Amino acid sequence: MDQNDRRPGAELVPVTLVVNGETRRLEIEPAVTLLDLLRERLHLTGTKKGCDQGQCGACTVLVDGRRVNACLQLAVMRDGCDVVTIEGLGTPDDLHPMQAAFVARDAFQCGYCTPGQICSAVALVAEGQARTPDEIRELMSGNLCRCGAYSNIAAAIGDVMAGAAGAKEAAE
Amino acid sequence: MNDVLAYVGRPQPRVDGPLKVTGRARYAAEVAVEGMAYGAVASSAIARGRIRSLHLAAAKAAPGVIAVLSHERDPGLPDEDDPYLKDMGAVPGSPFRPFCDDRIHFSGQPIALVIADSHEHARDAAALITADYDAETPQVDLMAAKAAAYVPPEPRSGIPPPPPPRGDAQAAFAAAPVRLQEDYRVAAEHHNPMETMATTVVWEGDGRLAIHTKTQGVNNPKTYVCAVFGLDPDAVRVISPFVGGAFGMALRPHYDLLLATLAALTLKRSVRLTLTRQQMYTMGWRPDTLHTVALSASEDGRLTSIRHAAVQATSRYEDYQEPTVNWSGLLYACPNVTLSYELAKLDTSTPSDMRAPGAALGLYALEAAMDELASRLKIDPLELRLRNYAERDFNEDKPFSSKELKACYRQGAERFGWDRRRPEPRSMRDGSELVGLGMATGCWEAMMQPHAARATLDAEGRLEVACGTADIGTGAYTILSQIAAEALGLPIERVTAKLGDTTLPKAPVEGGSWGAASAGSAVQAACAALKEKLLAQARGMNGAFANAAIAHARFTADGVALASDPAATVAYADLVRAAGGDGIAAETEFEPDEEFTKKYASYTHSAVFAEVRVDEELGVIRVARLVSAVAAGRILNPATARSQILGGAVMGLGMALHEETVWDATLGRIMNANLGEYHIPSHADAPDIEVIFVDEDDRANPLGVKGLGEIGIVGVAAAIANAVFHATGRRVRHLPITLDKLL
Repeated sequence: MDQNDRRPGAELVPVTLVVNGETRRLEIEPAVTLLDLLRERLHLTGTKKGCDQGQCGACTVLVDGRRVNACLQLAVMRDGCDVVTIEGLGTPDDLHPMQAAFVARDAFQCGYCTPGQICSAVALVAEGQARTPDEIRELMSGNLCRCGAYSNIAAAIGDVMAGAAGAKEAAE
Repeated sequence: MNDVLAYVGRPQPRVDGPLKVTGRARYAAEVAVEGMAYGAVASSAIARGRIRSLHLAAAKAAPGVIAVLSHERDPGLPDEDDPYLKDMGAVPGSPFRPFCDDRIHFSGQPIALVIADSHEHARDAAALITADYDAETPQVDLMAAKAAAYVPPEPRSGIPPPPPPRGDAQAAFAAAPVRLQEDYRVAAEHHNPMETMATTVVWEGDGRLAIHTKTQGVNNPKTYVCAVFGLDPDAVRVISPFVGGAFGMALRPHYDLLLATLAALTLKRSVRLTLTRQQMYTMGWRPDTLHTVALSASEDGRLTSIRHAAVQATSRYEDYQEPTVNWSGLLYACPNVTLSYELAKLDTSTPSDMRAPGAALGLYALEAAMDELASRLKIDPLELRLRNYAERDFNEDKPFSSKELKACYRQGAERFGWDRRRPEPRSMRDGSELVGLGMATGCWEAMMQPHAARATLDAEGRLEVACGTADIGTGAYTILSQIAAEALGLPIERVTAKLGDTTLPKAPVEGGSWGAASAGSAVQAACAALKEKLLAQARGMNGAFANAAIAHARFTADGVALASDPAATVAYADLVRAAGGDGIAAETEFEPDEEFTKKYASYTHSAVFAEVRVDEELGVIRVARLVSAVAAGRILNPATARSQILGGAVMGLGMALHEETVWDATLGRIMNANLGEYHIPSHADAPDIEVIFVDEDDRANPLGVKGLGEIGIVGVAAAIANAVFHATGRRVRHLPITLDKLL
């Protein structure tokens, strides 16, 4: 399928994004969100659409290392940015530590909020603001999970934080 | 010699986990198809009336628009109910038929479908569609509609109406020394799975369709579209390997399926239709319910009468029904019981099953009333339950197949520390917070359904088990793999479970917590049949097996061996090659044992304990801790089983404190149709939850499994509400208990 929009309508705008390490040049209508660009143009459907209005967090991706709701970003706003999606974190045979921790803790059920939870959790650890389980819960509250896997998600994040702290101590 | 790999009963990590955590699991709206068109639905702005005129010109002229479909130009859908009633989830009444006429039944009803070359073009064009209406005044207030409540003339299939009265509850009540009668209400809720409804119809040419849709069972949407569109069942395949949450919402087909299929057939091309979050509030919901519970007891706390009357909302066009009050005749030993169940019609879409339909509501009311009775009697709430413990199902006058509820009470109370609860309300505090401890009982019927399954072993010794059921997040892929791996003595990495496809052996929708017992038993039976086939093949290949019965054979990772002579082994590869195909397969059908179910009543039970903290000045309520002790027969996988209970507990917390769909009484529109204003519990709301599975030996099926999808939510709202009373001394009888109700 053509990644670019060659249809009558609004003027097309060139956008360049580095997605999971790969430079992608596209021509799109200005109204295309980052979420729809990922899902419908690049077929990176790991980034989920739960509400399309910034209320659920299922579309969380990392833009220049920060967690953002991809549904609230027009892709043209992020021209030149570095985007990491769930597909860029790890593969089934080579899981990112956060992905492995989610599997080990059974931190998901239906799996639909999971990529957003994991991207958000990876950024949370990098932000270094959450030190206690309560702080993890507070700072993860932008990511809803209707299956109610919250306590397992918090445990998985705690495992990764403990592992990261252990690794840091060992290095020092 | 212990070469049997034990998988059943172990916390096996989800076999579909790596796909889900890497974003590789593909859901209904994520199938990429060449030349696909995108749909967007325009929704009605009124709740009741008629469309006078539709204004479609602007949408038709918008960039990228291929077609606009509506009732105006007859889309060729059948005019009568019959084909739509092929929906296995249909309830008595006249099912909703989009685009059949100009009539509006509920706010947000689809009035037009735009098909365009991109998602954005379809969405933008749909926003240009307006209509003139002849609006009528909608009724969306159950309190007002209650005056016209009625006993449903036709019971919903599979849902037992309340049992006939036993004894004389009214007389017993009048004569009793302790009496209590209160009204309770639970607000309407919406399922809000994280994935919205979506259908991708792949036009494969020659009228053949591959339909990827969000469903709790692929066979239902297939039967439905074949009936509605008059399609040859051989030309339609429905696929749904991953479901982004459903909780009952995807039991019945919804208008995304119907309209996407209509567009694909009209345009002869592939079409995707994804509904918006707002549109998720235009179908299926847990109905607003009014309860009156009257209890009477002797001074020592023996129940002498129970009366429970419920009035539940349904739509104008269908009589949706739940088993709401029946539990009140089942849970306690009481000689005088009268139960009644009525419906009242609203101008809304039809409600639908939502996690523990009926039980989550009815047992809230009963268990809140029991707490009030305990308080009145000055008896510990747990002790009151034990004094009225039912050793028999008095609704049907049958023994239980098993019932370890007493163990749930005991183990749950111990883990929770129930003994530190002071009896008087508002007597425990921690700084500025009032502390409350509450408990309640949960119950759900352990059901089973006929399921078929197939087991196939290939020449590499890999086993595939296949069943047309769904894994909506329950862990079905994993437990079926565990059962199969253990049956054949294979490492689980060599087992693949295939689900969610109409080309697989037939299964009904996945609901009612019957999946593990039914699909699990079917897979186990298929594996047993496969073992017989493998042994028969081995008999012809190795003389040592000539007289071997199945009991003499050992199935291991390497092949079939003789228990008495492990050196005598026939490798799977040799068996498959000798059989002359790609693999050896066995397919069986599991049927629930009707003799057993006639003789015994089979239920899961739980005891739920909650600790809440209430800010004394602000009224902010927080659940600090939940303990759920569950008796549900054998637990196949403690990790996924625990997750089922955690999920139910969190949804029950939402029912107790947060969730409420609010209609504007004048316009009949839902005012909070989004995840910002309809609050489902978030990370910050979720407490520590401890789950206990008590031992329970049950014989209703060969696996000894009762099912877990529902039981986790039942009783949770009552336990929390009872804890709020204990913390504050305020009895709020209308869920959710938002802080304004405490101030």
